[in-house]
Formats: sequence, structure tokens, C-alpha cells
Amino acid sequence: MVTGWFAGDGDDFTLLGTRCSACAAVFFPREDGCCRNPGCAGGDLAEIPLSRRGRVWSYTDSRYRPPSPYVTDPELPWEPYTLIAVELAAERIVVLGQAVPGVTVADLSVGAEVELVPGVLHEDGETVWTTWRWRPTGVTA
Amino acid sequence: MTGDVAVLGAGMHPWGKWGRGFVEYGVAAARAALADAGLGWREVGSIVGADTVRGGYPGHVAGATFAKALGWQGARVTSVYAACASGAQAVAAARAQILAGLAEVVLVVGADAAPKGFFRPAGGDRPDDPDWLRFRVLGATNPTYFGLYARRRMAVHGDTLEDFAQVKVKNSAMGALNPYARYRKRVGAEEVAASAVVADPLRLLDICATSDGGAALVLSSVEFARGRGAAEPVRIRAVSTVTPTYPNTVLDLPDIATDSAAAVEPAAETFRASIARAAYEEAGLGPEDLSLAEVYDLSTALELQWYEDLGLCGEGEGAKLLREGATAPGGRIPVNTSGGLASFGEAVPAQAIAQVCELTWQLRGEAGDRQIEHARVGITANQGLFGHGSAVVAVR
Repeated sequence: MVTGWFAGDGDDFTLLGTRCSACAAVFFPREDGCCRNPGCAGGDLAEIPLSRRGRVWSYTDSRYRPPSPYVTDPELPWEPYTLIAVELAAERIVVLGQAVPGVTVADLSVGAEVELVPGVLHEDGETVWTTWRWRPTGVTA
Repeated sequence: MTGDVAVLGAGMHPWGKWGRGFVEYGVAAARAALADAGLGWREVGSIVGADTVRGGYPGHVAGATFAKALGWQGARVTSVYAACASGAQAVAAARAQILAGLAEVVLVVGADAAPKGFFRPAGGDRPDDPDWLRFRVLGATNPTYFGLYARRRMAVHGDTLEDFAQVKVKNSAMGALNPYARYRKRVGAEEVAASAVVADPLRLLDICATSDGGAALVLSSVEFARGRGAAEPVRIRAVSTVTPTYPNTVLDLPDIATDSAAAVEPAAETFRASIARAAYEEAGLGPEDLSLAEVYDLSTALELQWYEDLGLCGEGEGAKLLREGATAPGGRIPVNTSGGLASFGEAVPAQAIAQVCELTWQLRGEAGDRQIEHARVGITANQGLFGHGSAVVAVR
């Protein structure tokens, strides 16, 4: 569904972006067409891994079941999940993602350090859809 | 000023959840605006519709839909879609036609019949659509973005939940006086605090609802207005429809990430601030000239952000401005005298037009119980999904 947005397992799991060879602009989600810097004549876009750690720019949660196309089982009670927008210093970009299950807004503060881990977005009988999750550093849940 | 166009008429259909089709709301608003202008539909040379997306295939071609419902009469027709900025783009298209001499009188109409619950993208598997992706991959609804902005303000500027609640208290008091508003009950801070959390830290009464509704304007050249006896009509002096500037470093709906600032230093002003600046520059005036503002209060916290982006106060001082009463009726710069989205809810193609209706009534002195004294200059501010700026400056 989002081919090439992340790769690796465990401690090697990273988000994948692209970087312009001409101006060094970074893109996530990956930009494979043309560099979107209006001051750039356009270079080759090469895949790069993004930093695995960053700082919380802001956070919130979803206390109500989101509509489709988010996949949830309406038979199960709604369990709120937390969303974290994370600032990656090297790339100077903010990337939104869900927190690992069990992390609530009470566990977070703006500026706190988080790290990237793989997670399961959804699974059915045939497929497991992997996604990225943010986890406060020092938490092993 | 040669760039001005006159607002000859303004009209609305009351907002709510009426359960009828959007065409009905748009036609009612259009007829009200025509009656207000004292014009017959056949005197209108051009109609511009702000498109309605939900309720069918993507993009009801609203201009022709409203023209057909009003009765085909051969007018020039335009349909525009710019998400929440659709209404402002409709006004911009109408103004351009008038200033270019393509039409003397243009009818601008926007209307919607909103679905229940959260706004959501159209169906199907569409991973090339950023709006579809943020729902599918993250479950990031509109309120979760509002929550991110609110929590960020609390951390950076020290805003409190009470500050957010007071925006609702202020706007609901104005909406209670507006016969077109959906919610006409004054809300207290304790009611906001008692409502359910939707997206931390925001509660149900911090977030605007979805609504049915319609709004319309009759615009003309200033010469035409004078010919019809309107010696001193309300005039539109600026319409800002700018895009962001790369890199856009504030996480915006519907994006999963910001632009990176690794290659290019970001501009000193944010996208929302640039929307206002473009409007001020075109109008040749500034925030100090304003009598009132209608801003896009998708959430209570976002209204405070607009105070700063419009230059009504310095960065981080939005809550202070609110606490001082400056943005309440009787204050230095009343904001959302209509009651805002807090009182209307979202009817996407109509809301930027409805903002201009409110400016028109205020500048004419026809706003009834919610009238601001000596109103001379007003601005609207709005932001359309996918990078559409929207601001209109009207003067009297």
C-alpha cells in the first residue's frame, strides 16, 4: 500500500525518504518524480533512511473510531490510539505516526525523545500490514 | 479604487442538519442574495458555483447545477473546487470576471449537505491521494490535527484549556444572536469542560460540527452598483488565494509529514500568515485598520492561532488578546461576530462565502443584535486542504 516507505527489522527498522542530489532536499513520504524545491533545477532522487530518533513536536489521540479507510473491527470496543508528530533534527522534518500501543498522551511531552519501531497496522487471515510507530526512548513495551 | 467590486447582495440558507439536497440550500441562498440586491436572476451575466464533493461523484459541477435549478438563462458559468477555500476561489473568479469586463453582475453560490460524523475521503483504494493515506495509514482524522495544534500551543505559548473554552463561550454568544446559525444557545466554560474529549486536549465543544448550509453573494462592478442606486456599497478590495512557500514546516492537513528544511531555510512567516499578508498588501491596509475579522475556527485553539497570523497580536499572544476581551464585541477587534464555525459548523463550499456575507451585513450596519459599531473594514481568513489560501478584505 505504501511501498518503499520503510525497511528493516527491529533495531534496523527505518523510514525511507528520498534526497535530491542537486540541492539535498529531503522528502518523506518519498518523492520519486521531481525535486519539489522551487529553487532547484532538479537532481536525481536517491533513497535514504531517515533518523530513527527525534523529538516530540506535538501529540494527541483519537478517542473515537475513525471512519474508513482506517481499518478497525466494529465488533470490538474502540481503544484510543495516540498520534505523535516527531521532529527529526538532521532532516529538519516533522513526521506523524501512531505511538506504540499502550503509550497514552499522559506519557508524552513536547520535546521528549522518541524512537522508531515497527508495528502492525492491521492483519487479516492472509496479510499482515506493517507500519511505523513512535515509542518514547527508555520504554521497552 | 479601481480594483474594487461591489457586494450588491448577500444571502444564506439557515445552517443545520436539514437532511435535504445541497441544491435546495444553494438556490435558497441565491434567491435571498438576488432579493437583497434588488435584481432578477435574468439580469445576472455570470454564475460561479463553489463545488460540492460529497453526495455523489467527486465534484458536483455546482455552477451549472445552481443555474439549472434557478432556470437556464444563458449566463456565463464557472465551477471551482478548492476544498474549504472553494468559496473564496468562487469570489476570486467572479471578481476577476468583473474587473476584466467579462461580466457586470456575478452570482456566487456555495452549498453543502454534510454527512454524519467525521469528514472522510472518497471510497476505494487510492494510495495516490494524501487525504486517503492519512486516514488509512494513521487514522488521522481532522480533529487529531486540531489536537496537535492545540497541544503545541499549550507547550510553546502556555495556552490553557480554559483559554480554548473561552473562544467557544465568545463565539456561541454571538451565534445565539444570528438567525442563520445552527447552534443558537450560549455555551459556558463548564459545558465545554464537561464535554467528551475527541482528540486530546480538545473536547467536543472545542471542535466544529459538520452542517448543511448555503451562502450566496451578488457581486458587480462599482459603476453598475452606482447605476442601481447603491452610492456607497460594501466593496471587496482584496482576495488572497496564495499557496504555501517551500518548505512548509507546519504539519498541515492532510499531510503525514512537513516539507524538510534541510535544503532551504523556511520563510519567517507561516503559510497562514502569508494568506493574510497577501490580502493586506492587495488591499493596501493592515491589521490596525480592521473593524472585525471572520476566521476559520475549526477548533477553538485554531482561532487563537489566526489572531497571530492576522497580525492582531504578536506570536504567542493570542490567548492574551482573548483574555483582554479585544476579540469580543465591544473590543478592539471583534472576531467571528457571526458565531463562527463554532455556531455554524462546516458546510465546506459555503463557509468562505458565508464569512463574506457576515462582513457585508456588519459593514452595512445590518447585523442586528450582533452589530459592531462603526464597522468600516473587515477581513475573512480560511485555509483550504492541499494548500489553498483564502482571505477576503471588504470595506465600506
